[in-house]
Amino acid sequence: MSAVLDTHGHDDHAHHPTGIMRWVTTTNHKDIGTMYLWFSFTMFLVGGIMALVIRTELFAPGLQIVDPERFNAMTTYHGLIMVFGAIMPAFVGFANWLIPMQIGAPDMAFPRMNNLSFWLLPPAALLLIVAQFTPGGGAGVGWTMYAPLTVQAPMSMDLTIFAVHILGASSIMGSINIITTILNMRAPGMGLMRIPLFCWTWLITAYLLIAVMPVLAGAVTMTLTDRHFGTTFFNAAGGGDPVLYQHIFWFFGHPEVYIIAIPAFGVISQIIPAFARKPLFGYTSMVYATASIAVLSFLVWAHHMYTVGMPVEGQLYFMYATVLIAVPTGVKVFNWVATMWRGSLTFETPMLFACGFLFLFTMGGFTGLVLSIVPIDVQLHDTYYVVAHFHYVMVAGALFSAFGGIYFWLPKWTGKMYNETLGKWHFWLSFIFFNMTFFVQHFLGLAGMPRRIPDYSLQFTEFNVISSIGAWGFGLSQLLFLYIVVSTIRSGKKAADKQWDGADSLEWTHLPSPPPYHSFETPPVLK
Amino acid sequence: MASTTHSASRYYLPAPSKWPITAATAMLFVTFGAAFTVNHLTLGYVLLAIGLVIFAYMMFGWFGTVAHESEGGRFNQQVDASFRWGMSWFIYSEVMFFAAFFGALFYIRTFSIPWLADAENKLLWPDYSGAWPAAGFGPANVGDQFTPIAAFGLPAINTLLLLTSGVTVTIAHWALKVNKRGALIGWLAATIALGLTFLFVQMYEYGHAYHALNLKLTTGVFGSTFFMLTGFHGFHVTIGCIMLMAILGRSIAGHFKPEHHFGFEGVAWYWHFVDVVWLLLFILVYWL
Repeated sequence: MSAVLDTHGHDDHAHHPTGIMRWVTTTNHKDIGTMYLWFSFTMFLVGGIMALVIRTELFAPGLQIVDPERFNAMTTYHGLIMVFGAIMPAFVGFANWLIPMQIGAPDMAFPRMNNLSFWLLPPAALLLIVAQFTPGGGAGVGWTMYAPLTVQAPMSMDLTIFAVHILGASSIMGSINIITTILNMRAPGMGLMRIPLFCWTWLITAYLLIAVMPVLAGAVTMTLTDRHFGTTFFNAAGGGDPVLYQHIFWFFGHPEVYIIAIPAFGVISQIIPAFARKPLFGYTSMVYATASIAVLSFLVWAHHMYTVGMPVEGQLYFMYATVLIAVPTGVKVFNWVATMWRGSLTFETPMLFACGFLFLFTMGGFTGLVLSIVPIDVQLHDTYYVVAHFHYVMVAGALFSAFGGIYFWLPKWTGKMYNETLGKWHFWLSFIFFNMTFFVQHFLGLAGMPRRIPDYSLQFTEFNVISSIGAWGFGLSQLLFLYIVVSTIRSGKKAADKQWDGADSLEWTHLPSPPPYHSFETPPVLK
Repeated sequence: MASTTHSASRYYLPAPSKWPITAATAMLFVTFGAAFTVNHLTLGYVLLAIGLVIFAYMMFGWFGTVAHESEGGRFNQQVDASFRWGMSWFIYSEVMFFAAFFGALFYIRTFSIPWLADAENKLLWPDYSGAWPAAGFGPANVGDQFTPIAAFGLPAINTLLLLTSGVTVTIAHWALKVNKRGALIGWLAATIALGLTFLFVQMYEYGHAYHALNLKLTTGVFGSTFFMLTGFHGFHVTIGCIMLMAILGRSIAGHFKPEHHFGFEGVAWYWHFVDVVWLLLFILVYWL
């Protein structure tokens, strides 16, 4: 199974398009990875602006800047855009850049389909954004798109449904590509239990995506036909049930949580050993723990639905199954800490983000355990406690991991070093403002403030003021990140081929910084 | 991997291509068009039509390119293995799509209908029995009486048609492996004929349901699950027939070799998948 390009590929070097057409027609995993990352950051800003609309409205009780319908639309599209437009594409960007380099492959297995996976995203983003300006405004149905509200929502709902369809198609194609690449494109000698943990986490994530994105497509298709073609899947008058939607949605939705979290685990599992200058503790147990989390993720979906009126037996089963997830997750956290134990630790920016991840993600995990307990969840359901919980997992978990990964691999990708001082500023500003925004939301939720409302009673004012100031601080801090990345690309100092002492995967040990256009034209020789 | 034929020694990496962006553009038109169409905006029909034309152009172009590359000997065994993994996982995603609708059917029959007919709801709907399929029109749609389609009529004939087509496509595959081109083309054509007959029978059955049995898409949740499940299956049979026609055309043009023909096998896998889904439909939707 030697190597790469046939001669035809070399001939084509002569007439590779340049300028914009290079990016539009590219079949190169690095170009596509770069586009994914920039798209993700753009959507992060769009979704972030929506978040700031929400937080500004909630700065004081009463209605200030948006009417309630627009507020509901903001919470809906903030969620959809951040999940499907920002976080998921960010990790697909990492996958594109890193997997071929880490397994010693020339490129992804299906380079043209890879291009299509990316270029389906802008039409989806356009659908979600245009939806805000259709008659009736954006659909204020929440990112979970529960029936029967979605059946009654204005036409923006249809644009949203079709956006979900093509986002799903994009994810499925991307996942097929990633699985095939990892299973079929490894260099000779690169056994499955030798690939870096980042590749393992993506192999498992891609499996989850292929399993659940079609289910989401089914759910929104039923919503579409209930809206326009007279079916009654979610209408009790015709024998259906609105709760059916919730079951189907969360059968997708819970694995989706891990689809976001597991690649983040992979990035952290690359960063921590590099800065502890020790191999990852318990590689094999990490693989099995990740796979266990993936299997369990299919079996716990109704813990999002404790209050729909399910039988007590159902509540008990879903509670026990959910608590079980703490075991493999605990294995992972233990292994990260054990990797640091007695290592020669240094704390450059990627490591700071990894440590921030470790503290805050674990906190989000703990509040998740709290919420998994039925009697407590009945009290906290649909309050700001839930909002605080999942932002600890999504922002301090997934997003911090993505930031850490960008700082970690930017020297490899660009061949240039970022400004360490500014990077540390970015971390500490993000860390402090993140906690300012979301830590107080635990208290709001415990005190009974419901989520997804534009107005609240007076006793919630102080915590909301703190949270809103934190949100603006967090949002503005991300402009510093943009500045750091752009200035690195434009005028960073030259980075070493192996910028980090402890980094041991192939992209550091076998390739220069920046790596050549086609990573491994011949497979690397592995010890 | 040792190369058995004159296949390329290296993994084939395609040059930059216009087809993916063509596909994305088609989807841009199709999705906006569909979203406007369901809201009865004239612009929607126009966008949808443009999108579908671009999509058809893309399918011809992209698949044509891949077939040309394959016949040009650019794909070595590693590329072949990639296609096998890719097609397997694609079919798995299709399985999960149908699982959502089968799951809905299961939930409705096991939970929502019995719950709607339980003692509490007797106050609201005293006459609602909760017996499937008669109760499938729902408690508040009492005017909408319907007759379900009997399993051992046309559906049983359709089952036979599809199962037979699974056999004929396998015979075509055997013929290809021993390089009997005439038999390959003949059995492939027979498979397509069986698939098209299936579609024709199903269309006739739909007409019968609408006009004689008062069974419609809007007939409560029975109509919803019946038409969505059989409809999506019929859509997949249509895609399968188009795929079969494509490989029939390639067979007539002399494509495929006894030891290198994944284009053929991928379509055969897909056809068997459609076949298995039908068996589940026959048992769970028509029969039980």
